[in-house]
Amino acid sequence: MDLNSLLIAAGSMGGLGLIFSVGLAIANRKLHVEEDPKIHQIHEVLPGVNCGACGFPGCGPFAENVVNGKADYNGCPVGGQEVAEDIAEILGIESETSEEKVARVMCQGGIVETAKKAVYEGIKTCTAATLINKGEKFCEYGCIGYGDCVEACQFDAMYMNNNGLPVVIEDKCVGCGKCVEACPQGIMEMHPVSHKVLLRCKNEDKILFARQVCTRACIGCGICVREAEEGKLTMSNNLARIDYKKFGDDTKIPTEKCPGKCFTNSGEV
Amino acid sequence: MNLIIIFISAALINNFVLIQFLGICPFVGVSKKMDSAVSMGLAVTFVMVISAAVTWLIYHLLLVPFDMQILEYVSFILVIASLVQLVEMFIRKVSKPLYDSLGIFLPLITTNCAILGLALISVLRDYSFIESVIFGAGAGVGFTLALVIMAGIREELELAPVPKHFKGAGITMIIAGCLGLAFMGFSGLI
Repeated sequence: MDLNSLLIAAGSMGGLGLIFSVGLAIANRKLHVEEDPKIHQIHEVLPGVNCGACGFPGCGPFAENVVNGKADYNGCPVGGQEVAEDIAEILGIESETSEEKVARVMCQGGIVETAKKAVYEGIKTCTAATLINKGEKFCEYGCIGYGDCVEACQFDAMYMNNNGLPVVIEDKCVGCGKCVEACPQGIMEMHPVSHKVLLRCKNEDKILFARQVCTRACIGCGICVREAEEGKLTMSNNLARIDYKKFGDDTKIPTEKCPGKCFTNSGEV
Repeated sequence: MNLIIIFISAALINNFVLIQFLGICPFVGVSKKMDSAVSMGLAVTFVMVISAAVTWLIYHLLLVPFDMQILEYVSFILVIASLVQLVEMFIRKVSKPLYDSLGIFLPLITTNCAILGLALISVLRDYSFIESVIFGAGAGVGFTLALVIMAGIREELELAPVPKHFKGAGITMIIAGCLGLAFMGFSGLI
């Protein structure tokens, strides 16, 4: 191959490229779509991790949907209050203070507290273990203990303690809710930071059985409902529930007499 | 007569998706909804017909006279990429919802092996200009047909009690296989 053919090859490919690029440039002019500059601005202030916690595929689509009014300006759980304010400023709307949320573990039945019905030797994930008769603990409502939630956390905000229970480091938790999705048992819940008192049990078994399966189970005795002020706590399906609308930000544990010590004040593990 | 045979052969007997297994990615990716499947099929058909024509011109008027057949891949990809850009701009201008529903698969037509395959096969078989355009049209129709059939089945499938472990990708692959088997029946047509 001599120099001439090399030049022809380079020239013809370059020429083709030039023709196509001119054609595309003209087409771009003619078919130009006006895009709202706000979309770009909002995309700039978003965290840019593309975690998908807002429910959209990434930060780009979220920005687009905020401008179109399909998403809330405070829909980015990772960016939290700061980003929401920035977005509100770009959109020219008043931002309300929305409460930051963190993940909480709603079970206290670790290895020590619970009774086992069998030994599970399958794949060590909660999802797999739940498929086989709800895991190895007698309690069908509780934490499985293989840490799917910890695995799902992209922010290193969770770890498994020695007792086989997940722990949320609240300072690191950005409230993305990935652990809530990952938990097959529904043990992980998102709560506003101000909700200090939690009822950390999901067991709906009747009193005698609940007592046998876990020492920290809510047995449905109802003592908390009787001791607390009217309406703050309710009882359904053998499980007490806190009505946060009435309970508010109270930091006092409703009763010390709870036989399972189900109520905790957040901060203590 | 020859042209009809080329068209039917490209559309049914040697269906690009189901017999030659080209362009599987959009076939599985965009066949969830009927309307996006149809428009994806049309977009691919458009790109196929135009690129069949343009690549034929480039090959026979530029590459062969200068003895540069080695550059066919580069120049064909250039043509296809430019066409896809054009289609993308056009769809975005005309219908934003359609643009969103096609998503990543629209720019991915660029790397769709069905289209490059089409250009290369028509060079390989030494088609004339008219023949290669017809071949492109047939291949596009075949691609659309496969996509539409798949979308129809998958829409029905939404309501069907699929066994848990077959849900999603599993059952899609099985259906694609069955469709491929069914299309093998066309092999005796001509």
